[in-house]
Amino acid sequence: MATDLLNMPPRRRIQSRWGAVLLHIFLLLGSVVMLLPFIWMLSTSLKTPAETFAYPPVWIPTQIAWNNYSRAVSSMPFGRFYLNSLIVTISVTVLQILTSSLAAFAFARLRFPGRNLLFLLYLATLMIPFQVTMIPNFIIVRLLGWFDTYQALILPPAFSAFSTFLLRQYFTGIPFDLDEAARIDGATSLRIWWSVILPLSGPVLAALAIFVSLNTWNEFLWPLIVTNSAAMRTLPVGLSTFQGQYKVEWNLLMAGSVIAMLPVLLVYIVAQRWFIRGIALSGMGGR
Amino acid sequence: MATQAEQPSLPTVAKRSRGGWRPGRQNEAYLFLLPSLLGFLLFIVIPVLGSLALSLMRWNLLTPPQFIGLNNYIEIFTRDPLFIQAFGNTLFYAVTIVPLQLVAGLTVALALNQGIRGVKFYRLIYFMPVVSSVVAAALIFQWMFNRDFGIVSAVFWWLGDVTGLPIAPPDWLNSSAWAKPAVVLLTVWKNMGFTMVIYLAGLQSVPEELYDAAKVDGASPWQQLLNITLPMVSPTTFFLLIIQMIGAFQLFSEPFVMTRGTGGPAGATMSIVMYIYQAAFKYSQMGKASASAWVLFAFIFACTLVQNWLQRRWVHYETGEG
Repeated sequence: MATDLLNMPPRRRIQSRWGAVLLHIFLLLGSVVMLLPFIWMLSTSLKTPAETFAYPPVWIPTQIAWNNYSRAVSSMPFGRFYLNSLIVTISVTVLQILTSSLAAFAFARLRFPGRNLLFLLYLATLMIPFQVTMIPNFIIVRLLGWFDTYQALILPPAFSAFSTFLLRQYFTGIPFDLDEAARIDGATSLRIWWSVILPLSGPVLAALAIFVSLNTWNEFLWPLIVTNSAAMRTLPVGLSTFQGQYKVEWNLLMAGSVIAMLPVLLVYIVAQRWFIRGIALSGMGGR
Repeated sequence: MATQAEQPSLPTVAKRSRGGWRPGRQNEAYLFLLPSLLGFLLFIVIPVLGSLALSLMRWNLLTPPQFIGLNNYIEIFTRDPLFIQAFGNTLFYAVTIVPLQLVAGLTVALALNQGIRGVKFYRLIYFMPVVSSVVAAALIFQWMFNRDFGIVSAVFWWLGDVTGLPIAPPDWLNSSAWAKPAVVLLTVWKNMGFTMVIYLAGLQSVPEELYDAAKVDGASPWQQLLNITLPMVSPTTFFLLIIQMIGAFQLFSEPFVMTRGTGGPAGATMSIVMYIYQAAFKYSQMGKASASAWVLFAFIFACTLVQNWLQRRWVHYETGEG
C-alpha cells in the first residue's frame, strides 16, 4: 500500500551545479506553460471589452474591470449552482462511502453464501464504461419521476462498485484478530465496522473521499443529461450554459470560469498533499 | 490487481463448520450489503442489461419500442458516416493523447526525481490542472485558441510581425485539420500532472544500487535511462497506458465544451461519447445510442486485451529471485 508515495525523499543526487540549473530552467518553463491558461483566464476576466480584443494581447489590464464579475453573477444564478454542487457533492460522497464501506465490510470480514459470486459480479461491472449505463439510467430516472431533481443528481452516482472494491481490498488487509477480540468483548458486527475497521482505514477513506468529491464536483455529463432547469444545474453545467448566453464576451466568460474554479484551487493549494494522494491512490486502485 | 489481498478471506469448505459462527451472522452480512446491493442492482446491473436490450430496439421514447435485432449495429457501421468519423476522431485522440501524456509525464517526473530543491512547488503547479474543472478549462482553451485574439494565435501573429514572413495562425477550432489538435493539447495539459505523479511513485521504487552498478561500468546517463529506468518503470507505463487509453476513448467534456456542443467543424472533433450523447439526447435514438455504447465498450475491451497480450514483450516485472 503506497500510502506514503507522496512524501518521497529526493532519490537521485544530481552531480553538477549546472545540471541543477538546467533542470530548474526546464521545470520553470514547464510551470509557465501549466500556469499560463490560469493567468490568461484571470487577466481576461478583469479586462474591458477593448482590451479583451487587443493585439498585441494585454496581460495586465490598465483599467481593472471588476464589474465583469458583478455582471457574470447577476446574469447567471452562480450562487444556486454552487449550492447545488455542494449539496450533490457532499451527498454523493457521504452516501457512496457509507454504502461502499458497509458492503466492503461484508465482503472482507463476514462469511455468507454467495459472497464470492456477488463480489465477482461487482468486479465484472468495473470494466463497463459509464456510457453504457447512462441511457438506461436516464430512462429509470424519468420513470421514477426524478428528472431535474436532486434525487437524479445524487442517487445513481451514490453507488460504486469501484469504491466497494477499493475499500474491500483495504479492509482485507486489517488483521482479523481485531475482530475476534472485539467479538469476545461482545461487540456486534456494526460496532466492529464503526469502531474497529473504519478508524483503522483513515488514510484510504480520506483518499477515497477526496477522489469521489472532486470527481462529483467536476462531473459534467450526468448532470447535463438529467437537469434542464437553471435551478437544478450544478456548476459545470451552469458554466457551459453561460457560454451559450455570451457568445463572444470573453471577459465575462472568463469571470465565470474564475468564479467556478477559484474555490477548488484555493482548497487544493492549502491541502495539496491530500489532493494528490487521494487522486493518485484511488486512481491506482489503492495500490 | 492486488490479488494477494484476496487470499485470507476466501472461504474454504473446511471452514464451513459451525464453530464460532453464531446463527444469524449470515443474515447480518446481507443487511450490510443491502444498501449497496439495491443501488448496484438498480443503477448498474439493470442498466447494463437494459442497455443491451435497448441496443436491439428502435425507440424514440414516445412510441413503443420495436425489436429490430442487430440493425442498429449494422446501421452505425454501414450507413452512418458520422459514427465512422467519430470513431476515427476518437482513435486520433487516443493515439496522440496517450503517447504525449506518457512522454511529458515521465520527462517531468524524471526531472523532479533528481534530488533538486522545490519538488513540492513544481508538483503543486503541474498537478493543478488535474483538480480544476474541465468545463472551465475547456472554456479557457477555447479562448486561448481564438483565431484573432487568443494567446496562442498571438504567438503566430507576433512571429509574422517579427520575421516579416506571412505567418498566420490556423483558425483552430473552425478548421477541420486543427480543431482536434487543440482538443488534444487541452487534454494533455489537463491530465499530465496525474501521469507525472504516478511516474514519480514508480521511480521511487527503482533501486539505487542499479544506478551505482551502472556507473561503475561506465554507463552514460542516456544508457542508464534506456537500460535501467525505462525497464524498471515499465509496469507503471503499462498501467498508465491502459487507463489513459480508456480515458481517451471516453473523451467527452473537452471536445463538447470547446466546440460548444457541436463536435464541429463538420464533425471533425466529435468523439464516440459525443456521438452517443447526440444520438440519445438530441435525436432520441435510444437504441442506436445504446448500440454505439456497446461498440465503444467492445472496442475498449479488445484494446485492453491486446495491450495485455503485448505487455509480455516489454513490461519488466521483478521476479523477486536472483
